[in-house]
Amino acid sequence: MTDTPLPSPLPAASYIQLDGPEPRLSFLKCRSCGTMFLEPERLACARCGSRDGFDAHEPRYEGTLHSYSIVHRSFPGTAVPFISAVVDIDDGPSLKGNLRGVPFDADQIDGAMRVRIVFDDALGRRDADGNAYISHFFEPLAAD
Amino acid sequence: MNDVYITGIEMIAFGRYPHRTPASLGAEAVLGALDDAGITVHDIQTAYCGCVFQTMVGQKIFQQIGQTGIPIANVSNACATGATAVREAWMAVRTGDYDIALAVGVEQMTGMGMLGAARQSAIPIEGLMGSTSMPATFAEAGREYAAKYGTSFAQFAKVSVKNHHHATMNPKAVLRKETPLEMVMEAEMIAYPNTKLMCSINVDGAAAVVLMSGKKVRELGLMDRAIRIRASALASDPWQQRNPQMPDINTATQLAAARAYEMAGIDAKDLDLVELHDCFATAELLHYENLQLCGAGEANDMIDSGATALGGRIPVNVSGGLLSKGHPIGATGVANLYELSLHLRGDAGARQVEGARMGLAHVVGLGTCSAVHILEKA
Repeated sequence: MTDTPLPSPLPAASYIQLDGPEPRLSFLKCRSCGTMFLEPERLACARCGSRDGFDAHEPRYEGTLHSYSIVHRSFPGTAVPFISAVVDIDDGPSLKGNLRGVPFDADQIDGAMRVRIVFDDALGRRDADGNAYISHFFEPLAAD
Repeated sequence: MNDVYITGIEMIAFGRYPHRTPASLGAEAVLGALDDAGITVHDIQTAYCGCVFQTMVGQKIFQQIGQTGIPIANVSNACATGATAVREAWMAVRTGDYDIALAVGVEQMTGMGMLGAARQSAIPIEGLMGSTSMPATFAEAGREYAAKYGTSFAQFAKVSVKNHHHATMNPKAVLRKETPLEMVMEAEMIAYPNTKLMCSINVDGAAAVVLMSGKKVRELGLMDRAIRIRASALASDPWQQRNPQMPDINTATQLAAARAYEMAGIDAKDLDLVELHDCFATAELLHYENLQLCGAGEANDMIDSGATALGGRIPVNVSGGLLSKGHPIGATGVANLYELSLHLRGDAGARQVEGARMGLAHVVGLGTCSAVHILEKA
């Protein structure tokens, strides 16, 4: 037995911040036009071309499902099925992620449902050094 | 500006050629196009080659058929690669710098599997943050349309039924069998609503085209079989909020189409046939609207009524489309010009669109870009 502490998990995407008690999202917001971006740094705004810079912006943790696909076969080694979803975040950009907590049945999925953004372990996936990761997921808001 | 004409064009039968090279496939298509125009490699003044997965294929092709020292450039623009090569050659002739230019597109894809590179990260992201696979990406594009206009799974599946039916009349298509609606809908589900029979096929293929200035066409006496390029338009993705989390295949297509119609001075009603980018069955319906073949939300009726089938108001993908021909990425944007040219020359056999005089060809490259060409019988 050893008492080496488990290393802290790492963010699975650069817009996930693990510097507080709870994971949070942080996006870039253009100082000129307010457009938001997922990447951690940019030279200019893709919408307006401004080079005035960006502020960190934390959105609400809710959004609206825009589109999805129920994926039954993906690249070799990828566990299926899962639901690939595009969500328009309230006061934030659009984000892709797994939609969980709904059946794998299009007849039972409200294509414009309200969702919350939650954080969880990255499905047990580890990097080459054994680090765990935290990812975002979408869940139906109505499922409370 | 010169008028630009197609005087020679060829597409090899798409399929699996595991023991050949991209250069060999491309060379076969180029020789076919030269023969079609009645010229030799010594007449080609400049060449553009489209290929996504290999480099310097243009030079390698000329190493197969005759190294004349002409300027050759290789272009890559995702699934719009072949069309982009054609556009470069068209510009070279249009500006008057050259009288005879060649464009060739080629890809060798046997055994490549599902496309769509996973995003880079220390851990695999696929299936953790949704999917970047092409079937899922285009399923999401289709679901977006369906959410707006109520398009059903069956309506998307009918695209495959139609295009596979067309391909039974195309000996150069890789898939040549009827696929009734139940067969399409009950095939293996890949990414709902795209079943396996609603996905284009990875194949090896090549296509090539000889472009000439009007002056050269008249000088060589080739006008009777010449096809005039009325428009060549390319667009990139303007900023849009969900792009690139959700690649925007619509806006780039709309832009390219609008530019092409303006350049040609026509509108969609003047077209006799369309070859559009049906990489997945879900994509075809969106492009009816994007290419102005119908109004907002009318694509569902278009597929239900048979308007886009051979014999319908505006036949779409009478070649069988990418769903049946196969989709060798670099070749696709030249191959759809080959299909239009067959019809405009009256050489399309059983699938001939009767009296065809004007056709439109469209491709989308994820990343994102779109190219639209409008061809007219000279």
